[in-house]
Amino acid sequence: MSGESGAQLIAIVVMLALNAYAVLAGADFGGGVWDLFASGPHRERQRRLIADAIAPVWEANHVWIILVVVLLFTCFPPVFARFAIVLHIPVSLMLIGIVLRGSAFIFRSYERGDETQRRWGRLFAIASLITPLLLGAIVGAVASGQVTPPVAGAGFVANYVTPWATPFAFAVGVFALCLFGFLAAVYLTVEAKEPDLREDFRIRALASGVLVFLSAGTALLLSLRRSAAPLMGRGLTEATHALPLQVSVAAVAVTAMLALWFRRFGLARLAAAAQVSLILWGWALSQYPYLIPPDLTIQATAAPWVTIRLVLIALGLGAVVLVPSLWYLFRLFKSR
Amino acid sequence: MSDLLAARSQMAISLAFHIVFAMIGIAMPVMMVLAERRWIKTGDSVALDLAKRWSKGAAILFAVGAVSGTVLSFELGLLWPRFMEFAGPIIGMPFSLEGFAFFTEAIFLGIYLYGWNRLPPRAHLLAGVLVAVSGALSAVFVVIANAWMNYPTGMVLDGGRVVSFDPLAAMATPAAFPQTLHMLLAAYAATGLAVAGVHALFLLHRPDNAFHRRALGLALMVGAPAAVLLPVSGDINGRFLARYQPAKLAAAESLFETQSRAPLVIGGFPDVAKKEVRFGIEIPGGLSLLAFHDLNAQVTGLDRIPRDLWPPVAVAHVSFQVMIALGSFLALVSLWAGWTVVRRRDLARQRWLLRALVLAAPMGFIATEAGWFLTEVGRQPWIINGVMKTSEAVTPMPGLVVPLLGFTLLYVLLSIAVAWVLYRQIVRSPVVIERTLP
Ligand code: HDD
Ligand code: HEM
Ligand code: HEM
Repeated sequence: MSGESGAQLIAIVVMLALNAYAVLAGADFGGGVWDLFASGPHRERQRRLIADAIAPVWEANHVWIILVVVLLFTCFPPVFARFAIVLHIPVSLMLIGIVLRGSAFIFRSYERGDETQRRWGRLFAIASLITPLLLGAIVGAVASGQVTPPVAGAGFVANYVTPWATPFAFAVGVFALCLFGFLAAVYLTVEAKEPDLREDFRIRALASGVLVFLSAGTALLLSLRRSAAPLMGRGLTEATHALPLQVSVAAVAVTAMLALWFRRFGLARLAAAAQVSLILWGWALSQYPYLIPPDLTIQATAAPWVTIRLVLIALGLGAVVLVPSLWYLFRLFKSR
Repeated sequence: MSDLLAARSQMAISLAFHIVFAMIGIAMPVMMVLAERRWIKTGDSVALDLAKRWSKGAAILFAVGAVSGTVLSFELGLLWPRFMEFAGPIIGMPFSLEGFAFFTEAIFLGIYLYGWNRLPPRAHLLAGVLVAVSGALSAVFVVIANAWMNYPTGMVLDGGRVVSFDPLAAMATPAAFPQTLHMLLAAYAATGLAVAGVHALFLLHRPDNAFHRRALGLALMVGAPAAVLLPVSGDINGRFLARYQPAKLAAAESLFETQSRAPLVIGGFPDVAKKEVRFGIEIPGGLSLLAFHDLNAQVTGLDRIPRDLWPPVAVAHVSFQVMIALGSFLALVSLWAGWTVVRRRDLARQRWLLRALVLAAPMGFIATEAGWFLTEVGRQPWIINGVMKTSEAVTPMPGLVVPLLGFTLLYVLLSIAVAWVLYRQIVRSPVVIERTLP
């Protein structure tokens, strides 16, 4: 293997890790959102189900984002530097969200049955709502191609706020939030043991499925204004992979909704996860070979081959440990 | 406040916060596993109860450790993008390996904490062992990265530019061994003795409570040997500094002049302007002896270091003194406890020992913070010793005081919350009267 294909491979692993984060940790955030919107006569049971579903796995799910960060700064250092400099503000806010979500969640589960517990629960739920918004906005900012180096004399706002404070980035944030909520609701239909609770989450899944369509449409419309996300607009409409990809996203999305409608919950879970994954890969392909458009490509930013080679070896060895361990974790807590 | 100072302070606060939870994440699983093993071996139900309660308390601390660690991985870039851009490919290796250690730790932690009723006891115990091993490995890997910052190896430089490098040679920096050993021992000592101190407090009121008796014994089993070994391992660190980071040692000991038969200064406060230490006790030749195991050896002083490359002497000096003072106390208390066990006396009835243990409870953590302040502040003005200055590494974004204040507030509130939740966990501990007193 050469340095070139090695760097490509690592870029693929970065995307896989991001994909895993979205599909797994994304649903944990979505669960927090449903905690916030818990309602009806089964309110407390809904909350209990959400908490029990998240508790054993959220820390493991969370590590995927750390893998993304580590791979970026090891293998594509200029990308990490640009990202961290220009997006300092939304990333810091997202971190505060991550800290509050995780700690409020754990505090709540140890303070059962009183006012304090309710307060921690509220904080957990609100942090779960805000963090995906910011995460989505960060992805949106990168996709929009406006994460460019700060220009001396351009002023604070132009350098550190404008790149991410755009309607498009915000729309992607809302889209991410809807997607995560949708994922969580679909997963919870599978986790729920009692039919009435399952029905609660089926309704929520269907409703948030509609919201996913609407928010996707908004983001897409905004991206077609070339100035907002030129590459993404082009990639989503003109590139050769565009049509098959869009068709498959539509197909899995419709499958997920139909499966929910006909109460085929296992199938719905599969389709929902596939939907999120395909959307992410669609984004990745649309901006290939750029990691941060308009200028930072995989090849131009890749670390030397010594590093890439070692990281590939480490990834291979790590996977040997990781895959069976993860399989065991999920079999233990998620099989039914 | 300058942006650089704000960034340094934010880094310091985030790390000082994280390290407490990280150390607990390293040592607590060992104690939980020992308690559970005892239950499996002897059927002692008190030990099982203890393992469960410890793991409940630890779950809170693990979660806070995980989220504060996440903040750190991003902060490396948010605050020091130029450093990461330079060093990422060189020391990314230990960070990547650390990532895998986090994965196994988080996975088996989930299995351990929530799998009490889903796994056979031995499989459950094995999950605990894996948590303990991966916790120790995460510490080893991240401290290797730090060791490289202190003594960078594995690269060929040409006027500040890297010509070539080898990540494995970077990991093999000679600073790695002393630092990782010292850090691991510190984690076991600090956590073990802190837990012992909490249970000692209960035993002062009820020496016959089997729950706390078991807890004290197990916690000391982890904490005491490590605390006795720490000064020995610290001596290796000190000798390493003497050879490889003379500026740090000179600052720690406020040695302003290079000299043979250098004195060891105990306590005191350095007056940098006058180049002397006030109120310190000097032991002639002591520093030469410690640094080179030779009374007459020459020790490099600050006079050999250009003035603009001096680390903040007072911080380094005070940190070093605090670490040594607390470390000596911890080692003595641990020896005392060991001696009590050797003489087959009942630990829970040695009221003075229990009092000393209560006093010692926070000391390991304070010593660790001091040790890290020595390591990190003593490296200044360098972020990579001799290669890159901290001021060259900082992000160009202005207004860094704002995130500093934000994260400081976050951590202060979080500390209060953790203390409160843990306090409520601990006061609910059970009263189980020991029937067959030894
Ligand atoms: C329980 C905590 C604890 C205790 C009791 C001690 N230390 Fe320590 N020390 C640490 C915890 C620590 C640490 C974990 O905080 C550091 C920071 C970086 C490192 O690797 O370990 C450290 C660093 C550190 C360094 C600087 C290493 C470097 O910068 O490369 C030296 C020279 C010593 N120690 C020496 C000692 C001596 C002579 C001790 C004798 C009592 C001692 N330490 C007790
Ligand atoms: C710049 C320095 C550091 C960074 C970037 C960092 C990063 C992290 C991250 C991302 C996590 C979360 C893993 C998870 O989600 O489970 C974590 C946890 C942990 N870190 Fe750090 N860390 C740093 C310093 C340290 C140090 C010095 C130690 C050594 C004592 C340490 C030991 C640990 C351990 C044992 C855990 C697991 C803790 C737990 O689960 O409570 N870290 N760290
Ligand atoms: C968890 C234990 C640690 C503590 C308490 C700690 C403490 C500190 C302190 C006090 C500073 C500020 C020094 C100054 O600017 O005067 C600092 C800076 C820094 N530390 Fe650490 N440190 C720890 C571990 C680590 C590790 C394991 C790494 C890297 C892998 C690391 C990387 C850094 C970096 C990049 C800076 C900023 C640059 C600098 O000031 O030199 N630290 N740390």
